[in-house]
Amino acid sequence: MTNRTVLVLLDPATEVRTSTLELLTIARGLGRVEAVTLEAPTVEVLAQLGAYGIETVHQAEPARDGSCVSGDERHLPAVVAAALAAAVRLTDADVVLLPTSFAAKEAAALAAHDLGAGLVIDASSLRDVHGHVVAGKRVFAGSWDTECAVTADVAVVTVRANSAVAQPAPAAVGPVTEGYAVEVPASSVTLLSREVKTDTSGRPPLDQAAVVVAGGRGTDGDFGPVEDLADALGAAVGASRDAAFEGWWDSYVGQTGVTIAPRVYIGAGISGAPHHRGGMQASQVIVAVNSDPEAPIFEICDFAVVGQLADVLPQAAAEIRKRKS
Amino acid sequence: MRIVVTAKYVPDINTERGFSEGRVVRTAGEGTLNELDENAIEAALQLVEAERASGRVGPDEGEVVVVTMAGPDGDLALRKAFQLGVDRGIRVSDDALAGSDYFGTAAVLAAAVRRLGDEAPVDLVVTGMAALDGLGSVVPTLLGAELGLPTLNLAKKVSLADPDGSGQRVLTITREIDDVTESLAAPLPALLSVTDGANQPRFPGFKLIMAARSKVIEVWSPADLGLDPAAAGSAGARTETLTAAPRPERPEVELVTDKGEGGVALADFLIRNDLV
Repeated sequence: MTNRTVLVLLDPATEVRTSTLELLTIARGLGRVEAVTLEAPTVEVLAQLGAYGIETVHQAEPARDGSCVSGDERHLPAVVAAALAAAVRLTDADVVLLPTSFAAKEAAALAAHDLGAGLVIDASSLRDVHGHVVAGKRVFAGSWDTECAVTADVAVVTVRANSAVAQPAPAAVGPVTEGYAVEVPASSVTLLSREVKTDTSGRPPLDQAAVVVAGGRGTDGDFGPVEDLADALGAAVGASRDAAFEGWWDSYVGQTGVTIAPRVYIGAGISGAPHHRGGMQASQVIVAVNSDPEAPIFEICDFAVVGQLADVLPQAAAEIRKRKS
Repeated sequence: MRIVVTAKYVPDINTERGFSEGRVVRTAGEGTLNELDENAIEAALQLVEAERASGRVGPDEGEVVVVTMAGPDGDLALRKAFQLGVDRGIRVSDDALAGSDYFGTAAVLAAAVRRLGDEAPVDLVVTGMAALDGLGSVVPTLLGAELGLPTLNLAKKVSLADPDGSGQRVLTITREIDDVTESLAAPLPALLSVTDGANQPRFPGFKLIMAARSKVIEVWSPADLGLDPAAAGSAGARTETLTAAPRPERPEVELVTDKGEGGVALADFLIRNDLV
C-alpha cells in the first residue's frame, strides 16, 4: 500500500452502481480512496460508500461567473471535469478514477487536459509498479492485451465495468461529506434539454451487466425470445447495430454503441460483423445461436448452437428456470 | 462557411491488427480512412451545401479541408476524402510525431487548425466520434480544449441556424450518451464530433474518383506549425506502453446443431460452467 490518494467520481450521487463498487474495490489497491460528487449523496449511498472504506466524500459546489451551477447543468462534462480538477488540487490526489461511459470519458479528458495528467481510457486493471500507476487494457476488439504506465504526476483513468469483483472493505467506516468550491470556466455551450431514460424493465444496465443477451437481424424484429432468455438469466438485453437502426431495440452493442465485456455474452441471430465484434469480443465467455452455420461469429465462440433462435432461446430459458428452481 | 475535418488513417478493421514495440503496426497500404471520419466529412459537406442552398454563401463559396496526422501512407485516407468531395487535404507528418498520445495528437491537430485559421477564418472543426483503432473517443474533446472552442460531442443530429437574424450562426446537436438524451447548442466557431448515426456517407462519384487521383496533398511539418517537438510524439507522451501481447487463442468452439434439444444443450453449457 502506498500513501497515494485516489479520487473516485460518483455521478449521480443518488445510487452506487455495481461498476462503481468494482471501481472502489480496484481503487483500494492503489491507495487511500475518497469520493467526489456534484450533489449530496443519499443516506443509502453514504452507507454503501462506508462499507467500501470511503471516509471522505468531497461534494463540489460549482459556480460560474459568480452564480451557482445547479440542476442538469451539474452533469455537463465541463462541470464534472472542473469539479475533478479542483478536487485533485484540494487533496493533492495522484489518481482519478471514473467508470467508463461516454460522459465520463469526456469529463476525464477535460480534467486531464486541465491538470496536465496522463489519461487512460477503458482500463481493465490497475496496479502499482515502482510508484507508477500501470493500467491493463484490452484493445483491437479484445484480441490484444496491453499494459501502459502513466508517466505524468497525476493519472486519470476510466475503468470498464466487470473489471473486478466488487468487495467491501475489511472494516466499514462512517463517511463525512465535505463541501468545496469549484470555479467552472465560462462556456458558450448551452444545455437545451437533458432527459434521463427511465428503464422499467428491471434488467441490469447493458454496459454493466455480468450477462448480456443480444439480438440481431435473425430476430426479424421479434425480441421476445431474446428477452425471455435474458430474464431467465437476470441478464441485460442488447442488439446489433443493424437491429437497432431497424428500430427493433433501443441500445446496441458495437464499437460506436455500448462496449461490453461481461462474464457471458449470448448473441442470437447475430452474424458477427466487425462493428459488433468490436463491442463484445472482450467478453469472457461467448455463446452464439444462429441458423447460418457459416456465420463469422462462430469463429470467436466458446459454445454455439446452429438453429432457429425462436426455438432454441425459449427452450434454454425454460430449462434454466427449471434447473434453478 | 469554412470547415476543417480531422481524419485518421487506421488499420483496416478486416485485417489482422496488432502491435510491435509498443506501437500499432501500420502495414504499408493496408490501412484506410477511419470509417467514422466519413461521417465527419459527410456532415461537413452537408453543412456547406445547406449554406449554399440557403443563399447565405455564394454557390462557389465554402470549403471543406481535411487534415490528418500520419506517415506517407496517410495519403490513402486523404485520397478517399477527396473522392467524397472535400476541397483540400493536408498531411502533418514527421518521424518525431510517432508515438503521440491523445494530448500530442490534439496539440498537433490544433496547431494545423490554427495555421488554417491564419489563412482565413475557420467556422467549424468536425471530427468522427472515435478512431476505430484506439476507440478512446477523447481527441475531439481535447482538440476543442486546445483550440478553446465550444465543443459539441457525439452528435446524432446536427443543425445550423441563425436564430435571432443577427448573422451569428448557432450549431445545435442532439446526442444520446449512455442513458441520457441531450440537446446542446453553441455559436460558431465550434468543434463538432459526430456518430455513425448522424448521416449516411455518400458514395464517391466517378468524376470525383478520377479527380481525387491528381489532387495535390499538402505536407506540413511540426516546424511549419511552430510546434515544439517535445509537445508531441513519444517525447511528449504522458503514458508509456510497457507490454502488448495477443490474447491466448480461445479453445475450439463447442458446436451443437439443433435437432430439438439445442436450447437444453445451451442451458447445460451455462450451468456446467457455473455461468448461471
